[in-house]
Amino acid sequence: MINGRSEMSIIRMFHVYRYYGKKKALIDINLDVYKNEVLFLSGPSGAGKTTLLKLLYLGESVSEGQVIVDGINLSRISFKRIPALRRKFGIIFQDYKLIRTKTVFENVALVLEAAGRKSRLLEKKVNSVLRIVGMEDKRDLFPPSLSGGEQQRVAVARAVVGDPKIILADEPTGSLDSESAGIVFDLLKRFHTRGATVIIATHDKHLITQAGARVVYLNNGYLQTHTNI
Amino acid sequence: MIIFFRRAVQDILRNKILNVITVITIALSIIIIGSFAIFIINTNDILDSWKQCARIMVYLRPDISKNEIPGIKQKIIGIYGVKSARFIAKDEALSLLRNKMKRQAAILDNLRKNPLPDAFEIEMTPSCTDKRKIESIVTMIESLPFVDDLEYGQKWIGQFADIMRLFRLAGFAVGGLFFIASVFIVANTMRLVLYSRREEVEIMRLVGATERFIKIPFFIEGIIQGILGGITGVVVLYIAFVFISSNLSQGILTGFLSLRFFHFKVLCSIILCSMFVGWLGCFLSFINFKKI
Repeated sequence: MINGRSEMSIIRMFHVYRYYGKKKALIDINLDVYKNEVLFLSGPSGAGKTTLLKLLYLGESVSEGQVIVDGINLSRISFKRIPALRRKFGIIFQDYKLIRTKTVFENVALVLEAAGRKSRLLEKKVNSVLRIVGMEDKRDLFPPSLSGGEQQRVAVARAVVGDPKIILADEPTGSLDSESAGIVFDLLKRFHTRGATVIIATHDKHLITQAGARVVYLNNGYLQTHTNI
Repeated sequence: MIIFFRRAVQDILRNKILNVITVITIALSIIIIGSFAIFIINTNDILDSWKQCARIMVYLRPDISKNEIPGIKQKIIGIYGVKSARFIAKDEALSLLRNKMKRQAAILDNLRKNPLPDAFEIEMTPSCTDKRKIESIVTMIESLPFVDDLEYGQKWIGQFADIMRLFRLAGFAVGGLFFIASVFIVANTMRLVLYSRREEVEIMRLVGATERFIKIPFFIEGIIQGILGGITGVVVLYIAFVFISSNLSQGILTGFLSLRFFHFKVLCSIILCSMFVGWLGCFLSFINFKKI
């Protein structure tokens, strides 16, 4: 169920601030994200959505406050444990972030290789995920030869192949046509039903309405409302 | 490890141009340093062979009898720096002269008396072949009472040795500078190559790859580039060496010059060094790499 909520939080943010010099990108953010929840992070461009996501996987660190992910306080995590923290996440980036010199298969397999999975199981798993996202027949192509929608599907495959606890999607449908956007969102729903917590940063109102999940609004760095649509 | 190796080879094949640039840079560095080293080695060899020819001829006074010869020999050998002293009796000297003169030897037939003196041919120890030491040996021998005259035709070797010593020192200094410059050039080239792949490194970090997982293939790549650069450099150097040495030996220096290339062990060391430079280039690049 897309609205499913457990009382246990997988992500907790307490009085989180993020500054860039004198500019405040996030101001006093307090947020709980529950296990197996779908949460939409909405707001205009430049509101701080991407910054908030980056704080979760330590793409950036907080200026003030505390972030706890799956019981780990990120302000106390050692540099060596960051890769293990990031493997809890499956991240879909706005600009896909696929490695141009690696094939579709290799881009997806990278997550499992990095996690030290055996190569036999790895091939099976990657093929199965590529089948789900409809990219199995393009597994040997390189990202530059794919369309935007196809690249985004590969990015989704890479995000879910390691069975992450949390999927972060930053504007996953931002640069896609409505058909491709629908496919990507259906894929996210599918992986949510397998038990993952999904956080989607978007300003796509249609997508938010379609999902009917909890929405938090960010505006000028402030978290404004918590809404269940 | 096999996975890392496979990834490294795959990356080399997929980033051909960048890798070729690095390999060429390493090869060029080896060619520059190598040709300099070959030049130094061969000039040293030539100097050493000339030094070994440095002998002192000591001519004895005519009144010295044959019975005194063994005692004189002992005195000469007792001088520090003298390796051996061979007595050449005046009759032997005349017959040697006769052999050397060949067709003109008939002139010697008219001599009523052998004009040549008895002599000692003195060879010096290898450690005593520089100008100052030769001169000190000569002074000591000259002061002996039985000596009539003394000759050491290679006086100039001492002066030449001084120039060579200076040249060798300059060679080591310039060679060392070349080496350091090469390491930095290679390291910088590798840094640029790695910089062009920073997005790949960033993505790997974002998907949870450990530093070890990211870096090992890059280091393997660096080492492979080092080996390829080393081998290319050595092969080019060898071809150039064969070409130049065969031209020299057929030219004006026929018979005077036998040039030598690096010993096998040195070649192995060069390739090991290139591997190290490849590794070092990678290491230096990662030091400056932003940790995300």
